[in-house]
Amino acid sequence: MKQFCVNIESKAQRYERGKSLRLKGSQILLETLVKEGVDVIFGYPGGAVIDIYHELPNYPIRHVLVRHEQAAVHAADGYARSSGRIGVALVTSGPGATNTVTGIATAYMDSIPIVILTGQVPTMLIGNDAFQEADIVGITRPCTKHNYLVKDIVELAQVIREAFYIARTGRPGPVLIDLPKDVMNSFCEYDFPETIHLRGYNPTVKGHVGQIKRAVTEILNAEKPVLLGGGGVISSNGAEEFRFIAQKFKIPVATTLMGLGSFSENDDLSLGMLGMHGTYPANMSITNCDLLISVGARFDDRVTGKLDEFASLAKIIHIDIDPTSISKNVKVDIPIVGDVKTTLKQMTEILKKEDKGKEGKKKRKEWLDQIAEWKITYPLSYVQKNVIKPQFVVEKISELTKGEAIVTTEVGQNQMWTAQYYKFTRPRTLLTSGGLGTMGYGFPAAIGAQIAFPDRLVIDIAGDGSIQMNIQEMATAVQHGLPIKIAILNNGYLGMVRQWQELFYDRRYSQTHMNTAPDFIKLAEAYGAVGLRAVKPDEVVPLIQKALSTPRLVIMDFVVEPEECVYPMVPSGSPINKMLLV
Amino acid sequence: MQHTLSILVENKPGVLSRIAGLFSGRGFNIESLSVAETLDATISRMTIVTRGNDQILEQIIKQLNKLVNVIKVIDFVNGDFVNREMALIKVTVADENRSELLNIVDIFRGKVVDVGPDAYVVEVTGDGGKLDAIINLCKPMGIKEVARTGKVAMMRGTKQKG
Ligand SMILES: Cc1ncc(C[n+]2csc(CCOP(=O)(O)OP(=O)(O)O)c2C)c(N)n1
Ligand SMILES: [Mg+2]
Repeated sequence: MKQFCVNIESKAQRYERGKSLRLKGSQILLETLVKEGVDVIFGYPGGAVIDIYHELPNYPIRHVLVRHEQAAVHAADGYARSSGRIGVALVTSGPGATNTVTGIATAYMDSIPIVILTGQVPTMLIGNDAFQEADIVGITRPCTKHNYLVKDIVELAQVIREAFYIARTGRPGPVLIDLPKDVMNSFCEYDFPETIHLRGYNPTVKGHVGQIKRAVTEILNAEKPVLLGGGGVISSNGAEEFRFIAQKFKIPVATTLMGLGSFSENDDLSLGMLGMHGTYPANMSITNCDLLISVGARFDDRVTGKLDEFASLAKIIHIDIDPTSISKNVKVDIPIVGDVKTTLKQMTEILKKEDKGKEGKKKRKEWLDQIAEWKITYPLSYVQKNVIKPQFVVEKISELTKGEAIVTTEVGQNQMWTAQYYKFTRPRTLLTSGGLGTMGYGFPAAIGAQIAFPDRLVIDIAGDGSIQMNIQEMATAVQHGLPIKIAILNNGYLGMVRQWQELFYDRRYSQTHMNTAPDFIKLAEAYGAVGLRAVKPDEVVPLIQKALSTPRLVIMDFVVEPEECVYPMVPSGSPINKMLLV
Repeated sequence: MQHTLSILVENKPGVLSRIAGLFSGRGFNIESLSVAETLDATISRMTIVTRGNDQILEQIIKQLNKLVNVIKVIDFVNGDFVNREMALIKVTVADENRSELLNIVDIFRGKVVDVGPDAYVVEVTGDGGKLDAIINLCKPMGIKEVARTGKVAMMRGTKQKG
């Protein structure tokens, strides 16, 4: 690896020579990023960050030049979700900064640890409506976990360290640092701050033992328990502990959209996703269970449906790192605030002791039989005739990749079919905008994931609408030789909105028919990528195989049934056991 | 239900805006607000009076605690606490009401802090009810202007809540 790092003297050396080390703000920034372990930045240059870009080649940091700043943030987010490390984006002031807002809000809603570095006009011009000035700290206050304006170079290194610490600890989230140009090109003595002290920030990591004991008693006594796995299982790296409890105590597992991958869908205990487009067995289990153990999930309205009837027969245990998530929507009987992994470990110890080897499974047979029956009566289903069904495409992608690819999605029907028909087997393999529902997320996120894992298969399952929201990133992917596979489920519609219009708005397809789309094959070729198209069902498998064996960026254009709907569907505001099944 | 929140925060730019944003983002009104440094100049105390049902307030308090710059939140809902506001009231004076005004000020243990040819500025402290009362009594004489502070609050006794 190139070692261009500015040669920093050790503290002792400096002390000996009785002279301090003075660095430019831009150097302090990059030096501290390297010390934080940053090896890649997704970014886009401009006047306010030109000093940083000037120094960048001197540091062992790879830079991925995106084609739109929104994509820089989504890519940093995809990098973070797939790897568990912090993603970093760097953009200029004004329009560069405002272009990041959708990306930041997306990461905020899904609790993704990223750090966004924005250039800012010189401190003396702040507030003057200077050229390319935007109050990005003000704009992003409600969609960042925390943000900073560095007005004094003396604080710079400390702020960067705090930002990284805040982004990854507690409930993770995006942190933005606004960097005025004069701070970047003035000089200061550099000292890497060894410690971080934040008086008002101290997330609870360990669960309360008394509460965990109460939870254990409930778990051992329950006859019809269900585990609900959310994004917190994945972000805390707690999937192993989660799986152990489910399997050892024979507790069926439903997951939220964000929780897909926290528990292998090949396991008999898996119920799949719950909620608005959840599976029949998942929604029925939640409705009929006597104990719901929710782990790192926040009871979003797309998950609960009508609140009064959500798990209304059950006692609810809720484990979450964020106290504000608990009893926000659903009233909880046993709240446990703590890191999921840590808390599940504590719980496992107590469970093993209390259960005395009986494994608490004897009473569960009836419940598991009932669930098996639900699975047989109403499995996910579709009918494949002459036109390609989108579900068929996803199912085949799942089979051909053995459920082991890193899959990103766009938003809409493509996202829900991916959630339903791709059989996720491990954590950090589904990257999807769950909370904000950001069309245009999937492709740049795939870029981030492919940068994090150059040797793994990364697929963006897309809609024909969403893919056009960040299609310009084709150039980024080709430039970096990223062999991402894009599978467009091309229905010619803003399909999910069309589905609502079909079901609830008298089939008036107002502005959802995308009757002018680009020829995606020519488009791929124009960018220097490969374009493939399937029109008939029997072309699907060979096309996927061909794409998978092409070590380049590939667009697969699947011309699918235009008016297919996603089922099951719980109409907004209904109880989740009242599903429209076909 | 009215709640008085006492919030210890780091004395940094933007903190007030973060806190105000939590309220406005949820469509909540701040009825009064006062902020000043504590003995430790790096920490400020904000006293916020707001109104809302218990569940929403619990959410707000949790959200406040989550802010990186917030060190501590105390909810003086039914606690044993002292609370005070101050008002400056500019009252029109004429020969026929001057002594009446001075009488009222005296009863309310207020002070006249500025004397002009046709108006006095009166300073009073007390809880909200007391201030309302003196303002009402002065109204017939003619009030030109009122400036009221937000509430500040503190636990009674030796117990310290932050
Ligand atoms: C940025 C953004 N704008 C609008 C929406 C609203 N929306 C949700 S799904 C959808 C349709 C998406 O169409 P497409 O990408 O073709 O996916 P499909 O549903 O057809 O699979 C729209 C417009 C959104 N989620 N995000
Ligand atoms: Mg579509």
